[in-house]
Amino acid sequence: MTTEARRFAGSDFFAGIQAMTPILISIVPFAMITGVVGVRLGLSVWQVTAGSLLMFAGTAQIAAMQLFVQGTPLLVILATVFFINLRFVMYSASIASHVRGAPPWAKALVAYPLTDQSFMVSLYGFEQRRQRGQRLRFYAGAALSLWGTWQLALLGGALLGGELPQNWGLEFAVPLTFLALLVPAIVDRATIAAAVVAAVVAVVAHSLPWNTGLIAGALAGIAAGLATARVTGSAS
Amino acid sequence: MTSGSWWLVVVLAALLSFGLRLCFIALIDTVELPTWLQAALRFVPVAVFSAMIAPLLVVNDHGGLDLRVGNLSLWAALVAAVVAWKTRNVLYTVIAGMCTLWGLIFITSL
Repeated sequence: MTTEARRFAGSDFFAGIQAMTPILISIVPFAMITGVVGVRLGLSVWQVTAGSLLMFAGTAQIAAMQLFVQGTPLLVILATVFFINLRFVMYSASIASHVRGAPPWAKALVAYPLTDQSFMVSLYGFEQRRQRGQRLRFYAGAALSLWGTWQLALLGGALLGGELPQNWGLEFAVPLTFLALLVPAIVDRATIAAAVVAAVVAVVAHSLPWNTGLIAGALAGIAAGLATARVTGSAS
Repeated sequence: MTSGSWWLVVVLAALLSFGLRLCFIALIDTVELPTWLQAALRFVPVAVFSAMIAPLLVVNDHGGLDLRVGNLSLWAALVAAVVAWKTRNVLYTVIAGMCTLWGLIFITSL
């Protein structure tokens, strides 16, 4: 290995790519399905791809495409996107302390690809990195590899159109990666309470319109975690 | 349905999504977060991810609760959760979950 290659392999940027790699494999089917769905709905490959480049938000992209071809009013589409992506506000608040003091362009570059996966993978990576520069480079590796893989796989799906193989349940890989990221974050009674209450409330409230069941579950889980931490006196 | 209105949807939805992602990141150097909010942030990952996963596992396509023994995804997720807990490894977790799901689909189709 050359010196440059060795230096790259030891870099925080590369560590971010490495941490994201199993998730990259798992999102390929979901990204391809998103591309296929868009084309089958009657949008052009270019419309689907450019929409993804600008929004970069899987579930919201699918919802926006479906509502648009049904002739849904613009404000209703935007309200749906707002509620599906409202969890990003929580990620933004959570990750904000790690980018304190960074220049505005860097903050914008952190915000644009902030998703479920880049958020959670980076939180784990930040635990071993103290300096802001190290954290930003780790985040860049994780987020950029996720972004590139998502866009290429989506383009592939849009170009293939209806010619995907039979449904093998491959899209189940995405919830499995979420599970793999969730379980190690459950570390004490307060986080157990947060996880259980969030799950129960989200299931009970799943039929609420505009994906608000997810937000209700998350907020209830956070409240349960705070209450339990107060009772058990665990450090926060 | 015109192509022009699709671009309006995409641009506005993208700006909206970007704003949701940027809000706290942009404000962190000018606004001090209240203490209760800082304490609440510790539970964001666990609460949001748990609320995303649970309905995918126990709510069926018709919107009903499915806690039957025949809910194969739920069994696969339980195996995956144990592997995630023991190994803390994303790849092993996904492989364990997918293999369990495919194995159960194969067995139940016999």
